[in-house]
Amino acid sequence: MATSSYGRLIKEGLWSNNQALVALLGLCPLLAVTNTAVNGLGLGLATLVVLTLSNATISIIRNWVRPEVRLPVFVLIIASFVTAVELSMMAWFYELYRILGIFIPLIVTNCTIIGRAEAFASKNPLGRSLVDGLAMGLGFTLVLTALGAMREIIGLGTLFSQADLMFGEVAAGLYMSLGEDFKGMLLAILPPGAFIGLGFMIALKNLIDKQLSRARKAVAVATTHPAPAAGGTA
Amino acid sequence: MNKHPIALAGTILFLFAVAGVGLVALVHHQTVDRIVANEREALLRELTALVPADTIDNDIISDALTVSAPERLGSKETLVYLGRKEGKAVAAVFTTVVPNGYSGPIKLLVAVLADGTLGGVRVVSHKETPGLGDKVEERKSDWIHSFDGKSLENPLLAKWGVKKDGGIFDQFTGATITPRSIVNAVKNTLLYFRDQGASLFHSPGA
Repeated sequence: MATSSYGRLIKEGLWSNNQALVALLGLCPLLAVTNTAVNGLGLGLATLVVLTLSNATISIIRNWVRPEVRLPVFVLIIASFVTAVELSMMAWFYELYRILGIFIPLIVTNCTIIGRAEAFASKNPLGRSLVDGLAMGLGFTLVLTALGAMREIIGLGTLFSQADLMFGEVAAGLYMSLGEDFKGMLLAILPPGAFIGLGFMIALKNLIDKQLSRARKAVAVATTHPAPAAGGTA
Repeated sequence: MNKHPIALAGTILFLFAVAGVGLVALVHHQTVDRIVANEREALLRELTALVPADTIDNDIISDALTVSAPERLGSKETLVYLGRKEGKAVAAVFTTVVPNGYSGPIKLLVAVLADGTLGGVRVVSHKETPGLGDKVEERKSDWIHSFDGKSLENPLLAKWGVKKDGGIFDQFTGATITPRSIVNAVKNTLLYFRDQGASLFHSPGA
């Protein structure tokens, strides 16, 4: 029972209640930094860390905080973690920090984080809140990275450029290029490209959901239909 | 206890504020040395790209002074890094600001060698249009290297402009304002160095 409810949390975070594709929260960083896959991944991971830490902390203190000061306390906790993450990035991933710059402190304003704090972590025990934070953060990270990769391929004709800033020299081998001749489609890198790209991703998700539910219905019909027939002959 | 819910709420909020500040202070304490070292290293890497490390023997980051020449260097206060070898002037690296970029100021590093030629120019930060004006970045195109070795005699002052304006520097397709403003700022930096360069190195150095 417990494992299946964790499974549902993970499924919700990654797919059915994905914060970027379904809840459409945190659009500011989502649209602004996803011009390359590495930028998206970097900001996604920073958000993931903050979301997991804040969910866990808020779940632990949920019974001690009076409702009147609930939101200020949540904001305080989130802001503290974001600052801590920012300082850590400056210390260990300085080059990546220079690229993401202003968007790291702006994680504070990402509605996903306060949203999960208020809607989930403040009502659920530690284990579930932790899993929820991880799953929601991972779902957000995947969308950010996918959108970044899409825009980078179309706009610049490369993939995983500057991966070495994040994972060290080893990752420089991840770099791919469509060749020097491919100048890229500028639109994909500009802000409209982010909106269009996100639109396509949401459309794709809805399409897959529709196909799945149709398939499920077909299976349901297939299994229920022969039943009366079988009953009739019996 | 429930008689003073406001006081209780306030106390809780206060305690969390203290805990939050404590956490940030702790992380700051753990990371501050690394961050300072990172910033220094990044700056040194940028400077030595323009003034090779083996041509100077002083600590170029510490050997800096602030000058004020808004009409030539673009901002009220401009930091100048001085490179010396055995006490002799080698190069001055100006943190010139281009005030009239296409979308906001552009920050440059302009290295002028002691003889008045350019050691090189780099764009430190800008908000120009991606794909058009951002070709001024070294990462994106070689354009910024067209300044290497140039001086006020080569080309002559009248030729310090983009080709569209009768100068010798390329503009970009669809983006003329960005290169034009940078060429102009580099020229102004050279003019400043011609007039004031000698006095820069008279300041007490390493």
